[in-house]
Amino acid sequence: MSEAMKTVKFKIYRYDPEKDEKPYMQDFDLQVPANKDMMLLSAIIDIKDGQDDSLAIRRSCREGVCGSDGVNINGRNGLACITPLSALKQPIVIRPLPGLPVIKDLVVDMTQFFRQYEKIKPYLMNDESLPAKERLQSPADRKKLDGLYECILCACCSSSCPSFWWNPDKFIGPAGLLQAYRFVADSRDTFTQQRLGDLTDPFSVFRCRGIMNCVDVCPKGLNPTKAIGELRSLMLREQT
Amino acid sequence: MVNNVTSYSGNGLRDWLLQRVSAYVLGFYLVFLLCVYFLNPSIDYALWHSLFANIWVKLFTVLALLSLLVHTWIGIWTVITDYVKVTGIRLLKEAIVMLALLTYLVWALVILWSM
Repeated sequence: MSEAMKTVKFKIYRYDPEKDEKPYMQDFDLQVPANKDMMLLSAIIDIKDGQDDSLAIRRSCREGVCGSDGVNINGRNGLACITPLSALKQPIVIRPLPGLPVIKDLVVDMTQFFRQYEKIKPYLMNDESLPAKERLQSPADRKKLDGLYECILCACCSSSCPSFWWNPDKFIGPAGLLQAYRFVADSRDTFTQQRLGDLTDPFSVFRCRGIMNCVDVCPKGLNPTKAIGELRSLMLREQT
Repeated sequence: MVNNVTSYSGNGLRDWLLQRVSAYVLGFYLVFLLCVYFLNPSIDYALWHSLFANIWVKLFTVLALLSLLVHTWIGIWTVITDYVKVTGIRLLKEAIVMLALLTYLVWALVILWSM
């Protein structure tokens, strides 16, 4: 007996700069098992396999860990691989992450995003002499990194932030700032003063107007606005 | 570090702090003006004149005017640098706002001290 099926409607952003003059939205109908739920990424892969193999999307782990398949789903950024179809209103409108240059279809150029990440020096810096084995950290200090280290750099937050849209070359953006605070908060890092000093200009941190789009969309449930607030409080303490 | 010479103080933390402090000053000044308005049945020239002849009212008003300049400069500068990407037009708009704010300040000071 064949499995009962239902139709799910999609509208997907298409743009191939080598062929298309302008981006356009393409309609797809997909037959999916009626009594099962599936993730959006699986549906997109089915469309790619069965209907149009020229559809471009980045994906890797399929389980919300690698951060490759960030897209704009019904107007809200998220990871396609952990968004169930049942949670979405039809037609499901899928666009690339906003504010970043489109390479093809749902694939965006993340250069500006990673350039901002690079600016905050996302690695431990310590000028004390090297210990014999490793730098130890108390469980209490380690706990301060919870809610910060889990970021997978999917860019859902930064690409939903208007301040990042308008100044992607000057404003670090929520993802970068969450990581900036992650290294400021780390007891093994001794460059807190320099890190804060590098961020006091009018753009890097202070373009954040606290509208919390980043918190709203983060697929890992993190809170960049709070981290930005912590950075600002530390700056106030150190520099006033 | 991103340098900018048209921002009010050139330092993001200082701008941010000044905008908050100036907001409090403007808020208190607004409450003061509303109190004057609602606690007096009729507002005439004599009342207005005697109010602004008081040195403390004058000082409070000057403080509010300075706060208005700082607060607006920082706020409008932020909006302009967000949305206006053509250098010439951006500089022109920044210059218009800053000159207008300075003009308002001097004009208000002249009025205040002529009363």
